[in-house]
Amino acid sequence: MCRLAAITSKDYISPMEPILALETMKEGHDGSGLGLTLKDLGGAFEKLKKYPVMSGICSKAGKKALDEFMKKEGFTLKYEWKPKIKQVKGIIPRDCYFARAYDYPAAYRNKPLHEKEDLLMNTRLALRRIGEPDESIFVFSFYPDVLTLKEVGDPLQLAEFFGLEDNGLKARIILAQGRQNTNYAIYMYACHPFFIQGFCSMTNGENTAFVPIREFLSSRGFPGYMGYNSDSEVFTHILHYTVRQLHLPLPYYKDIITPLKAAEIGQRSDRDALRLMKQSLRSLCIDGPNVIIGFTPDGTCFMVHDSKKLRPGIVGGVKGKYALMSEECGVDSALPKRDRNKDIFPMKYDMITVSPHAQEVKVWNQLHGQI
Amino acid sequence: MEPASRSNIMSDHNHQLSLREFPYIIRWRDDRCKRCGRCTAVCPVKAIVPSVKVRRFVSSEGPVPTPTTVRITTQIVEQVTDIERYCTGCGSCTLVCPNEAIEPELNPQNKFLHYKNKGGDAYKRGGRRNDPSMSTLDRLKFTRISMLTDPALDAGRHEFRIRSLLGRILPPEEMPIIVRNGTLELDKKSSRFIPPVREIFPIMIGSMSIGALSPPMWEGLAMGVAYLNEVEGLPVVMASGEGGMPPRLLRSKYLKYFIIQIASGYFGWDEIIHALPEMVEDPAAIEIKYGQGAKPGDGGLLMAQKVLKLIAKIRGVPQFIDLASPPTHQTKYSIEEAVAKMIQSMSMAWGFRVPVYPKISGTKTAKAVLNNLARNPYAAALSIDGEDGGTGAAYNVSMDKMGHPIASNIRECYLDLVKQGKQNELPLIAAGGIGKKGNLAANTAALIMLGASAVAIGKYIMQAAADCFGDEYNRCNLCNTGKCPRGITTQDPKLYRRLDADKVAERVVEVFRSADVELRKIFAPMGRSTELPIGMSDGLSIDDKAMAERLGISYAC
Repeated sequence: MCRLAAITSKDYISPMEPILALETMKEGHDGSGLGLTLKDLGGAFEKLKKYPVMSGICSKAGKKALDEFMKKEGFTLKYEWKPKIKQVKGIIPRDCYFARAYDYPAAYRNKPLHEKEDLLMNTRLALRRIGEPDESIFVFSFYPDVLTLKEVGDPLQLAEFFGLEDNGLKARIILAQGRQNTNYAIYMYACHPFFIQGFCSMTNGENTAFVPIREFLSSRGFPGYMGYNSDSEVFTHILHYTVRQLHLPLPYYKDIITPLKAAEIGQRSDRDALRLMKQSLRSLCIDGPNVIIGFTPDGTCFMVHDSKKLRPGIVGGVKGKYALMSEECGVDSALPKRDRNKDIFPMKYDMITVSPHAQEVKVWNQLHGQI
Repeated sequence: MEPASRSNIMSDHNHQLSLREFPYIIRWRDDRCKRCGRCTAVCPVKAIVPSVKVRRFVSSEGPVPTPTTVRITTQIVEQVTDIERYCTGCGSCTLVCPNEAIEPELNPQNKFLHYKNKGGDAYKRGGRRNDPSMSTLDRLKFTRISMLTDPALDAGRHEFRIRSLLGRILPPEEMPIIVRNGTLELDKKSSRFIPPVREIFPIMIGSMSIGALSPPMWEGLAMGVAYLNEVEGLPVVMASGEGGMPPRLLRSKYLKYFIIQIASGYFGWDEIIHALPEMVEDPAAIEIKYGQGAKPGDGGLLMAQKVLKLIAKIRGVPQFIDLASPPTHQTKYSIEEAVAKMIQSMSMAWGFRVPVYPKISGTKTAKAVLNNLARNPYAAALSIDGEDGGTGAAYNVSMDKMGHPIASNIRECYLDLVKQGKQNELPLIAAGGIGKKGNLAANTAALIMLGASAVAIGKYIMQAAADCFGDEYNRCNLCNTGKCPRGITTQDPKLYRRLDADKVAERVVEVFRSADVELRKIFAPMGRSTELPIGMSDGLSIDDKAMAERLGISYAC
């Protein structure tokens, strides 16, 4: 089972914390990769929060193509971070791992965020199209204050490989996923967490409703709904579609992916709208088994399950630092001194949200439509 | 000496058919027959008759062979060689025989179709396409099985929602909702029309008219459907067919379980329109029939012999006349205008509270129809009836040779909707050959995964609920004649009293309950339970590469 470890905190934390939690959760041969998404960046990026950060991997030829493309598009490089790669047995280093902060093209500097987001996404997609055929460029995210790191191998060894212990990389929210794929050959664009325009999520389990959901999203006419090298990428895109495109509050994400039965909807105060929503978004219903952990652009983190709760999940911590993880031992690793009695094990109707800077945890109950 | 006559000269039997030309040959056993006469009495086409023959009988008694010949007169059961009274293979004779002395046997070498056009009258029959080969639907396999990487669901213990939606569904971007204090509300200021949508069981009983069916058959189906809804909680709906509805049912609370069909003959609509002010419930939907899979391009046909008093009254026509509906609606000028107007008119009659959708026969032009409907916000669905659909009466050539298979027709329509992003907005209903080999749930699930939102069954339910004799070898298929030996498609009280409406209703309930279980047994191992897996094409495979390519699914062998 994929291991999921997310930590949200008011203070900057090192990515080693969720990675060590992943290590605690490790079982058998599931150490096949690591995906890290960091939001609300500290360290060198703390002063660059308004600049979009492009994260990815490229070959030497890819780097040249990327530089030319970004120059042509009018982006100016402000800062580049590269991990100090340490040779680790079993991990084959690629030419270049990078996180680059760019300034927007002049014409976009004063545009609203919405337009900037579209520019960033389209730039990322254009680079994907350039680099995907020969695998010379992989771009995982291009968004302000967000950094993504992915590679194949054991998470702990990868932490050593990237030198994460002492390179100063820090963030307030970190999502770490610890088993990229043991089902198929590993492909970098199939690795969690997935990111689109400020929305990020990671999942474990199969998505049995993948094809109809993919077809529905792909036919929305939104250029970012593409890729789908992993059946889990749709969870991120449904989140984006719910909140950004349809302007629905976050809890309705749960109502979309695991809609209530007709009789249950009748008990909700928003039943009329809910009935309509259930019909119109029928194609986005998932069947699991899944636990989904993610964040939204405002820094809210959440955890939600499939409608039968076929996967475990736990949220625990103290005010100012919470862990959202797939297993309890992971939370023990990250927050050993918390009050365990306050741990939350969300059930099938629950959606857990942790407010920005880990100030408040709320359990939203779908059956009642309220906290 | 007998004088030579013309009849003697012609006695070489030319122009006389031998039994070998007939589709079924009666095997009668002299030694078992007790000459009770039940078989000859029951035969719906008088293909067998009691006859008297003189036979030469040789016997010998005693230790030394001393053969003696006597001529004895004996009664036999004889099959006639009149093509108008061909044995249909229905097997009613076998059913009534107390001694298992008689049964029809299929004659694969028959030349029946060479001769069944006496007087230039082309062969008409009921039933469905005579094609015993394996249909595409039966070749589809469910190959995406949830194994160790994700757990299969439990068909017996997990919660399943095997339901579909009938009605036009709004695109998510156009939902008239607003957010107030973090909660959604319907936007009351919005003028956006919210189309009516029904939640139904994904298998419906397709249009079979009261008139085509006998009173106990139609009543049995209707009772079964009401029971399924009211007691079993399975929202099964049934379409009326062209020919109206019983007046009391129109005014009853059970009307909500019925889809009323309007077809090109408008039979029964005088009664329906007059009942409108007295209706206490809205019907489930209105189906506008533009075509039928069994006889594409042909209108409904109810032969005179079935137009008895009750039927004439419900349909508002004189008795004993052929009721041949035109191939299309008289008002139909163009799909952009006339069809849209008809959908609009029907919607208006029920205050836009009832989904209205057209039904067409499977055709290469289905996508053109679909695209027009996709642009019409009042079109509630599209029902496509494939070539394996059944009918009460049609020309044999229409049934056997006209039409389009349902599998690829539904698939291409669904994929066309996917291209436009409207796959959830306009539900597709598939019909024609579902359960042809008895695999009702499997065929249904396969069509759903190809893109259908629901399926309609007709012939299957006649066979399963009322023991219809019909099969793919032209067995029985007398539906058009009013002589149905099972009492299913007849208006003759002597015949339909054989059918018990309560038993039909019981069987309807059994069929749907078991289909519900079987659908779970298909969906559970594929990890689906909450919503119908419409378009889940990764779950399907077929053992033919060309078919796999055409349907956009994987090839497995």
